[in-house]
Amino acid sequence: MDPSLFLIQALNAVQYGLLLFLVASGLTLIFGVMGVINIAHGSFYMMGAYLAFSLAAFTGNLLTTVVVGLVLTALIGGLLEWALFSHLYRRNHLQQVLLTYGLILIFESLRSSFIGDEVHSVPVPAWLDFSVPLGSVMTYPAYRLFMSAVCLLVALGMYLLIHRTRLGSQIRAGASNRDMVQVLGINIDWVYRLVFALGVALAAFAGMINSPVTAVAPGMGAQMLIVSFVVVIVGGIGSVWGALVASQLVAFADTFGKVFVPDYAGMAIYLVMAIVLVWRPEGLFKS
Amino acid sequence: MKDEVLLKTIGLSRTFGGLKANDKVSLELRRGQVHALLGPNGAGKSTLINLLSGDIPASSGQVLYRGEDITALSPHQRSRIGIGRSYQKTNIFPGFTVFENCRLAAQSREPRGTRIFSNAASYSPYMVAVEEALDRTGLDDVAQRPARELSHGQQRQLELAIMLCTRPQVLLLDEPLAGMGHEESLRMIELLRGLVASHAILLVEHDMDAVFSIADMLTVMVNGVVLITGTPEQVRSSPEVQSAYLGSDAEASHV
Amino acid sequence: MKSLITSRERAAAIMVFLVALAVFPQFDQEFYTELVTRVMVLAIFAVSLDLLLGYTGLISFGHAAWFGIGGYVLALLGTKYQITNNLWLTLPAAMAITAVASFIVGLFVLRTRGMFFIMVTLAFAQIFYFLFHDVKALGGSSDGLNLRGKPTTEINGWVPFELTDTNTLYYFVMVLLVAVLLFMALLLRSPLGRALQGIRENEHRMAAIGFPVLRYKLAAFTLAGSLAGMAGHLYAVLSGGVNPELMSWHQSADVLLMVILGGMGQLWGGVIGAFSFVLLQEILSVMFKQWHLWLGTVIVLLVLFLPDGMISIFGRIKALARGRNP
Repeated sequence: MDPSLFLIQALNAVQYGLLLFLVASGLTLIFGVMGVINIAHGSFYMMGAYLAFSLAAFTGNLLTTVVVGLVLTALIGGLLEWALFSHLYRRNHLQQVLLTYGLILIFESLRSSFIGDEVHSVPVPAWLDFSVPLGSVMTYPAYRLFMSAVCLLVALGMYLLIHRTRLGSQIRAGASNRDMVQVLGINIDWVYRLVFALGVALAAFAGMINSPVTAVAPGMGAQMLIVSFVVVIVGGIGSVWGALVASQLVAFADTFGKVFVPDYAGMAIYLVMAIVLVWRPEGLFKS
Repeated sequence: MKDEVLLKTIGLSRTFGGLKANDKVSLELRRGQVHALLGPNGAGKSTLINLLSGDIPASSGQVLYRGEDITALSPHQRSRIGIGRSYQKTNIFPGFTVFENCRLAAQSREPRGTRIFSNAASYSPYMVAVEEALDRTGLDDVAQRPARELSHGQQRQLELAIMLCTRPQVLLLDEPLAGMGHEESLRMIELLRGLVASHAILLVEHDMDAVFSIADMLTVMVNGVVLITGTPEQVRSSPEVQSAYLGSDAEASHV
Repeated sequence: MKSLITSRERAAAIMVFLVALAVFPQFDQEFYTELVTRVMVLAIFAVSLDLLLGYTGLISFGHAAWFGIGGYVLALLGTKYQITNNLWLTLPAAMAITAVASFIVGLFVLRTRGMFFIMVTLAFAQIFYFLFHDVKALGGSSDGLNLRGKPTTEINGWVPFELTDTNTLYYFVMVLLVAVLLFMALLLRSPLGRALQGIRENEHRMAAIGFPVLRYKLAAFTLAGSLAGMAGHLYAVLSGGVNPELMSWHQSADVLLMVILGGMGQLWGGVIGAFSFVLLQEILSVMFKQWHLWLGTVIVLLVLFLPDGMISIFGRIKALARGRNP
């Protein structure tokens, strides 16, 4: 395979992997702290993408779009947590799965009614709409490099938040012992609300910044959910390192699968998953 | 065969992260003996029982059952060869009747797993084992009640009955008297007295009166290490034990 | 949960239900007869999942894989490769192949637990979805395959019945449904069935008392998969075609819904759930254009307020009528 072609695909894979990492982190964060699996997580990704599409026309400015979109998503997330998810913490896994599945149906219907089922595209912001030379022959879109950088920054920010701030220590405390934390006077309800909003905001953010790269289409939420599930399975539930490694593995499998075996590309990531599971039935890293 | 060594550990160790929960523990359980395990909280007693039952894997060392190395065996495999365990935190089948709790345990000895068309409840070998266990633990009257409706003391008895139905040779008892009233404790001790002749019993228990009334051998652990193993007299008069227990009032007054 | 319905009341209800089912096609309402046939097939599907979910405590989010494979076995044997279109060969083949497939997947997934298990079953079902979606030799398109007619029931020249007749197909499916329910009833009181329920009740203690839990889970997983394969085969016969959506995760979610709607771990839960679900679908899609919105809302409300399923409604109503707390 041509080396510069390989490099381009590799860069694509890294960028996709970082995106997956953000989404999977949001999923794992909520599950790790509150013990709830949110199958509607993919819907927030979709929400981000559609918000980017809707807002881009109004604001014409990437930064504004992202900020407004994040605020909206966080608000919706907080509201949902208060109204629905807070009741799920003591329920069993099946009920969590079904309720969040019901949410998916609701979200998809609302999107279909209010925005429609057409496929849209979001323009790359003008100031990033150029190409960077790669070697002497090929070029690479600057926006994708920007995306990778932003994803890394966000991931770093999350790490600092969780491990270096007081809020972060409250979150970690709340994850291990909810009742104890309340005794200490920390309002666990608001900590959980915040964590939930943060988790879904990560998914929405991923949807927003990825929208200029891929189409904004009806099936994107479900697709992203299942891929992020594969990432969590391969990485091991609750492990952030696992999510990082797994997201790259999955991204590379998917990207190069599409290059080498385009007819069976859909199965590439599952093959990787199956191989990992033979060797490590609970994922690469245990939390 | 009385005095036969049924379960033996050689240098058994288990580390969690940096913590040595069990450090080179060696002990022997003989048929016909009640071997009590003593020690303050955090001494490593729970870890040891878990290592013996297979609930957690060892970091190093060996567990031998009748001379055979069983260190790598899983809990269900250990149960099959004759190691029975009762749990400190009541570990029963709450939704089933007391009878079914025991019957299921008896079924483990004769699974008849491929007999899809036979009625499990009417297979007489199960009934025999169950009736015996219920009789011994005094649960006959409540046999048809759902296990979750039992009093705490009755549930502790059921905890033991389940184990007995698996016809073990070695009994690993993790605080069987926990939360029991005086009457119930005495009855439990009588039960153990009746069992010891044909079994090897390891007893972890905080009720010192009970321990000293029934134990043939004692092992005292502190900080994951065996301090001393000996008869109750030897342990009582041991200077190391006296100094180790000075910090723990409740136990010091009994030793 | 103590049953508030006496066994006599239950036996009576079952009798009434079976009689109603038997008599129904005689009203010659072809559309409705086909609808109820479809419900009965889905009931078999739901009951097979209940074996896993309600009785062994395994939450599989990929059960539709076996449903789809069962249908595709018929399509591939009878239509695409024209090896045989004889029911007495295709149906056992569907059940055997799904048994093998679920056994193999079981080896991968049954070592995991809890949320991980749910996710992994979903992911493995996706493998099959893409397999039948992408691979030409297996049908390979999103449109699926149309069956060239219903399977024949010929044995050495004698044709006992024709599945092309709506009522005949109805009765055939009904017999299978009753057979499956009988099988389940026997299984549940057998040593194997008791062990499975023990695993659901306290898996840790089951291992501690000497049960090789993994082996039992594998048995349940395989059995459930095979029954789902039967349902899938019947569904293909009924609808005249197969497509990858039969094994999509939406289908897996639907059957989970059916089980929870009807009440998990209740022998008739799958039947009640299938009827309730299809009824719900029909009513909602007639009333609303965006009926998914309302289905989603119903699901959310159901989980929040009726987590024990519809079957608990009867108990609750009776308790209310008697002025007691349920």
